[in-house]
Amino acid sequence: MIRSHVMICGGSGCTASGSKALQEAMEKELVAKDLQDEVKVVQTGCFGLCELGPIMVVYPGDVFYSRVTVDDIPEIVEEHLLKGRIVDRLVHEDEVLKEQVTSLNDTSFYQVQKRVALKNCGLIDPESIDEYLAMDGYVALQKVLQEMTPDDVIQVMLDSGLRGRGGAGFPTGLKWKFAKGYDAPQKFVCCNADEGDPGAFMDRSILEGDPHVVLEAMTIAGYAIGANQGYIYVRAEYPIAVQRLKIALDQAHEYGLLGKNIMETGFDFDIDIRLGAGAFVCGEETALMTSIEGNRGEPRPRPPFPAEKGLFQSPSILNNVETWANIPQIIINGPEWFAAMGTEKSKGTKVFALGGKIKHTGLVEIPMGTTLRTVIEEVGGGIPNGKKFKAAQTGGPSGGCIPASHIDVQMDYEHLAEIGSIMGSGGLIVMDEDNCMVDIAKFFLKFTVDESCGKCTPCRIGTRRMLEILDRITEGKGTMEDIDKLEELAYYIKENALCGLGQTAPNPVLSTIRFFRDEYIAHIQDKKCPAGVCTALLSYVIDPEKCIGCTMCQRNCPADAISVTDYVAEGHKKPSLAIDTDKCIKCGACMNNCKFGAISKQ
Amino acid sequence: MDTITLKIDGVEVTVPKGYTVLQAAHEAAIKIPTLCYLKEINEIGACRMCLVEVKGSPKLAAACVFPAADGMEVYTNTPRIIENRKKTLELILSNHRKECLSCVRSGKCELQQLCQEYGIEDENYYAGANPVFEIDDSAAHMVRDNSKCILCRRCVAACTVSQGIGCIGPNNRGFDTNIGSVFDLPLAETSCIHCGQCIAVCPTGAIYEKDSVDDVFAAIHDPSKHVLVQVAPAVRAGLAECFDKPIGTDAQGKMAAAMRRLGFDKVFDTVFSADLTIMEEANEFIDRVSNGGVLPMITSCSPGWVKFCETYYPDMIPNLSTCKSPQGMFGAVAKSYYAEKEGIDPKDIVMVSIMPCTAKKFEYGRPEMNIDGLRDNDYVLTTREFGRMIKRAGINWDMLPEEDFDLPLGLGTGAGVIFGATGGVMEAALRTAVETLTGEELPNVDFEDVRGLKDIRTATYEVAGLTVRVAVTSGLANARKLLDMVKAGELEVDFIEVMACPGGCVNGGGQPQVHADIRNFVDIRAERAKVLYALDKGNAIRKSHENPAIKEIYETFLGEPGSHLAHKLLHTTYTERKVNGNWEK
Amino acid sequence: MKSLEELARIREQTKAKIALREKEGAVRVVVGMATCGIAAGARPVLSTFVEEVNGSGIGDKVSVEQTGCIGICQYEPVVEIFDGDEKTTYVKMTADKAKRVVAEHLVKGNVVTEYTIGAAKV
Repeated sequence: MIRSHVMICGGSGCTASGSKALQEAMEKELVAKDLQDEVKVVQTGCFGLCELGPIMVVYPGDVFYSRVTVDDIPEIVEEHLLKGRIVDRLVHEDEVLKEQVTSLNDTSFYQVQKRVALKNCGLIDPESIDEYLAMDGYVALQKVLQEMTPDDVIQVMLDSGLRGRGGAGFPTGLKWKFAKGYDAPQKFVCCNADEGDPGAFMDRSILEGDPHVVLEAMTIAGYAIGANQGYIYVRAEYPIAVQRLKIALDQAHEYGLLGKNIMETGFDFDIDIRLGAGAFVCGEETALMTSIEGNRGEPRPRPPFPAEKGLFQSPSILNNVETWANIPQIIINGPEWFAAMGTEKSKGTKVFALGGKIKHTGLVEIPMGTTLRTVIEEVGGGIPNGKKFKAAQTGGPSGGCIPASHIDVQMDYEHLAEIGSIMGSGGLIVMDEDNCMVDIAKFFLKFTVDESCGKCTPCRIGTRRMLEILDRITEGKGTMEDIDKLEELAYYIKENALCGLGQTAPNPVLSTIRFFRDEYIAHIQDKKCPAGVCTALLSYVIDPEKCIGCTMCQRNCPADAISVTDYVAEGHKKPSLAIDTDKCIKCGACMNNCKFGAISKQ
Repeated sequence: MDTITLKIDGVEVTVPKGYTVLQAAHEAAIKIPTLCYLKEINEIGACRMCLVEVKGSPKLAAACVFPAADGMEVYTNTPRIIENRKKTLELILSNHRKECLSCVRSGKCELQQLCQEYGIEDENYYAGANPVFEIDDSAAHMVRDNSKCILCRRCVAACTVSQGIGCIGPNNRGFDTNIGSVFDLPLAETSCIHCGQCIAVCPTGAIYEKDSVDDVFAAIHDPSKHVLVQVAPAVRAGLAECFDKPIGTDAQGKMAAAMRRLGFDKVFDTVFSADLTIMEEANEFIDRVSNGGVLPMITSCSPGWVKFCETYYPDMIPNLSTCKSPQGMFGAVAKSYYAEKEGIDPKDIVMVSIMPCTAKKFEYGRPEMNIDGLRDNDYVLTTREFGRMIKRAGINWDMLPEEDFDLPLGLGTGAGVIFGATGGVMEAALRTAVETLTGEELPNVDFEDVRGLKDIRTATYEVAGLTVRVAVTSGLANARKLLDMVKAGELEVDFIEVMACPGGCVNGGGQPQVHADIRNFVDIRAERAKVLYALDKGNAIRKSHENPAIKEIYETFLGEPGSHLAHKLLHTTYTERKVNGNWEK
Repeated sequence: MKSLEELARIREQTKAKIALREKEGAVRVVVGMATCGIAAGARPVLSTFVEEVNGSGIGDKVSVEQTGCIGICQYEPVVEIFDGDEKTTYVKMTADKAKRVVAEHLVKGNVVTEYTIGAAKV
């Protein structure tokens, strides 16, 4: 009889930090101790705290071990699983609460969170349909098929106030209503799992941790709009997600929850997976559909909108993975339950992928309207190394930067838009004083330039020209007119680009100019990068008074740029060294190797 | 018909439901600029030149694809719109090889025209990276210079949508996007069938025919050479456009006069060999029908179609008529019959062929196209090159008189002249075949069923106890449809005419390029075809077998259609080709 | 293809299996599993609790956990039951006693006084 479950995260983050080996070692050790019939090892989806991975949770007791290694396994088995003693040294030290926290739910990281879309992630075995069923899986589908008309379902979606979690925030119910309104012999339900924002992995985690929720929700949508076929468009770079989706599809077929005559109600629905090659633009709905059709993934002009002529010119809806993950619970708990969370116009919760200069990088789900300050200081554990918070970037390459002065902004569609950013799909990158905002703008714009499909003129050429201007500025070759030109191009691209990705591509530049104009000016007029990031504007300098002439820097310089001078500082025996800035490649090796703090970058 | 009423720049206009804003604006006498839009084949909203303001909408709308709606108010020329268009042009220019003075399209370039209209002052305003691409001149007929490409994708649409081939498409993405073939193969190694439809629709000088004007001038001025010229039927329906005459202007008389002034020793007409083709092809058809040959028989005049068949339908090669095209027949006859008649050494004859077609530049170089090692033709010029030649020679088109062709090879019938329009070969063949089979004169020589621009046209005729079922199509995407129907047994026919270019040779890849802002509103195929049908109607002789020059050549030289000599000179063979075949090797 | 009844059954069965991952508001049965406890026979006690709790359909309300040495080694195997603020300590437990504690205490709510530490001391 099983008395204990050991949950080991099998999400991409923890898989990368070695959870697979951990699981194997654990299973081996349990056999060695003859505990295999008492302790069950469960591979789960993402817990969210990827930075502390690999993560292991032991039930009963909900004991949370972080950064577990294979070497820790015998101790965990001997002490915890055999003797019931928690292995203290593996228990997470909470940065915010300043204490050891044994239960994951008691961590500051989890306390503010409200897990709806991520409800089952980390709690069930994503490769077991039985466990999904046990978490009330497919109850919503049964309710919909047995008790509700398609219009009822759409009404529930409208009443819930659920808006698309992919970025634009279009009301989900409305999208379904439009698609239902068109008469057509064939309609399609599509799932956008082509998550492409740098640093975002909400959708991947849901697919890896709770794949059935997507299948169930898509089937519900199929019933609501009158479609019998669904497609999940997932990027091939998500092999674990794809694998679990395939397993889930097989299981759902086996259980009769997909295919013909679902739950003996006469409703037919099936889902196929389509692998994308990882182009960012294929996250745009018309490009995604064009790609599913087998063509080069490029957006199409709208109208006609996909609700009228989408995939294969048939009425189609496309929702993002996180949106889907909310739907069964809205059906079960009712629209009022969902609408009670969040703010007036932004209902429910939102999953964010926290990254950058933050202690707890990982995945968090918070009620809409939670302030940025709460997310950074409580959930995220604050900025590491005692640095100051400078800005947060939301919405990825389509979003903007929120400066420290707006740290109390509520995270919802309206408030983020007000300050020139967007909700986006949920990337949240935190920056501290060491980040150069011109460099950040350049980073995101470079991404868009690389990922532009090349179809329309403004995005294809315009974003490239903007990037060239940013390059000039960060190299100290910019002029004040360049800022005007940047803004001019930015507004032009926003107005003229074909698709949403092009139209929002200038946002990172516009928002950094808006809030950090002084940094642009510093690069242009003073030829300085205040954050010390833009290498072309840096110079490494040896303070002759501090330099003792040990030549450590000289020996580590790859460019042969350091030489001995004839100046001997007072109290020193050897002459100091100096850097030839013409030869210097600004690698920083000298500074890293100076034991006397004599080298600084300026 | 349902109509809608909307206001464009304050002008109220009523148009049929389903019109786009662009079409509605045209009705209101307002031109909205476009670069990528080609009606029905390239409605992709990519260039962003046509953006307009729609009252009540925060976003600008791409007029080329945005549906007009009742009560809509559209503004097409506000300062905001004009400023945007200028920027679009400036960005395109920043990424364009700007060598306008030496560019083949200078003066006829759609980008250049828009830059003038919008008053672009600084072509380097957004100067930045401007990669130079390697020029691809591997193919027999054309040159691709991607440095001048503005990525409107009209060529891709022509190749893919009209022609069903798709040997070019966008490669790479973003700023690095460029139009190329699979794996960036040189065009010559792809399944390009040389139709030149991509050239015909290119707005700039990024794609153009290989130019042989200098070579022809040199030949003309070589005293040791006897330089003959033949000119295809469709050329006379398009050439005047090179001199800014309206689409659908008959240029036959001036064209003959111009050729004479250019210094050709004899000015002949491909219509003659079109008649000859009919004699051979009608005979071949009757022979196949009577002797259980392979049916349906398919015409072989269009070299683009022939290569398409060899590549994509090699199993249907036996269905192709073995007749050379009129161009090939003409050269063969000129260097044999004419040479003998005039006592000229065929080696001294230079045969120049003026064609509405770029595939003819490929065809004349095919190894089969020779008689005992002597090429049937020596140079092939497109209508555009011919136009440039006339200009370079300083010939004043407007003041040219109308002249006739030289005899005997300049004598053609109405049947031969309609070869240039889709359905024309079929009609000409029917005129001769029916009279040959019945031995009676046709009461009406107009076979209206096979004319027009419907994708696929079929007709059935009862002739002397025989049932003859025919089908006609043009544009290779349509040809695919037709052939697939035939192969699937859905359509039973005996005789098929296929022309590679949509609408036939009048819309050939070598014809003068027509700006999209005209092309999208005028059916150039129909307008040019009218010229040929009018010439047919006005010709006293409208049946190939009644051409006295044709009668003479059979009586004095060839014997009869299908004779041994006719086969040697006038018939050819075909080669099975693989799709992108050279790549597979 | 599973019938609706089969689905319902799978759902209930699996719920019981994963019930030990649910913890909020649950009654906790804590079995001392230190060396002393194990030596005194705590393991069959623990497994009996797990089996009986699940078998009685109270798996979602009761969690069976283990702990280290409670400090009263002479009374091992020791089992503590926490129900809200109330704590009951059973001592010198066996598998049979465990069955009775589940049936009486956990299902019906009656403490089996005779097995408690209070009774043992007397």
